[in-house]
Amino acid sequence: MISLAHYIVLGAVLFCIAVAGMFINRKNVIVLLMSIELMLLAVNMNFVAFSRFLGDVSGQVFVFFILTVAAAEAAIGLAILVLLFRTRSTINIADIDSMKG
Amino acid sequence: MNPQLLQLICFYAFGFVTVAAALSVITLKNSVHAVLALVLTFFSAACLWLLLEAEFLALALVVVYVGAVMVLFLFVVMMLDIDQEKMREGFVKFLPVGLIVAAVMLVEMLGLIGVRAMQTHVMGADPATAAGMSNTAWLGHALYTTFLLPFEIAALILTVGIVAAVALTLRERRAARYESASQQVKVNPSDRVRIVKMAAVRPDEPTAPQEPQP
Repeated sequence: MISLAHYIVLGAVLFCIAVAGMFINRKNVIVLLMSIELMLLAVNMNFVAFSRFLGDVSGQVFVFFILTVAAAEAAIGLAILVLLFRTRSTINIADIDSMKG
Repeated sequence: MNPQLLQLICFYAFGFVTVAAALSVITLKNSVHAVLALVLTFFSAACLWLLLEAEFLALALVVVYVGAVMVLFLFVVMMLDIDQEKMREGFVKFLPVGLIVAAVMLVEMLGLIGVRAMQTHVMGADPATAAGMSNTAWLGHALYTTFLLPFEIAALILTVGIVAAVALTLRERRAARYESASQQVKVNPSDRVRIVKMAAVRPDEPTAPQEPQP
């Protein structure tokens, strides 16, 4: 019998994997972007589960909007990445320090 | 076989694939393999959403994410010439920190949300079926009535995304020669051709008589 707890735990596990991915892949911007996608997937999983178990359509509508924004974010992020590689010939985060952040 | 037991088995199978693929996304050395693992993650997540009877979103995840966004990722990863070894620097150094942070976060989250309380929520009847509609119709009704303005804004966001991505990566080649259509249209004939008034002149008569042939 699937309960709400199953999906919530799965979402939490996915989110924590994504956080760990951000920590251990500090150099690679592409893996960082993919970790963000994983985080969004974890959040979407929670939204869909709550929508189904509470019988409210708003959760699924929200997932729809998150998918839209995530697609736009991925497109712009990858465009910035391509631009960065073209000008600096690297995507290593350690080399991108011209703003002294 | 009890259908609910079958559902549970499917949940654990797809959940295991999802978590394993997510783990390989963050640990694989080759970025192309990582993107492919992310595709597997999204695909099995879509299967999990199918178990929740959220068919439209599951298919949208496969079509939009696996079909478009992940292919975009693959294009970019294959286009960039990345030094794989250099990218792995610090992997071992940050591994313990990452694992500890993730484990602590997981324990905190599970403690906070109260897993035991959630276990009392078992999957009941499908709310879309209860409303007498399919999942897609159920979602569409909400999307085009209550959430119409956010829906239009989402379209605007996608347009902004397209324009921004094109504007960022568009490269003007300085060496190449272009013709500017707007300048061509705006040109004035008087800038190009000057008509000079002249008095009419009779062409000269041959003056000198031809020498007789010897």
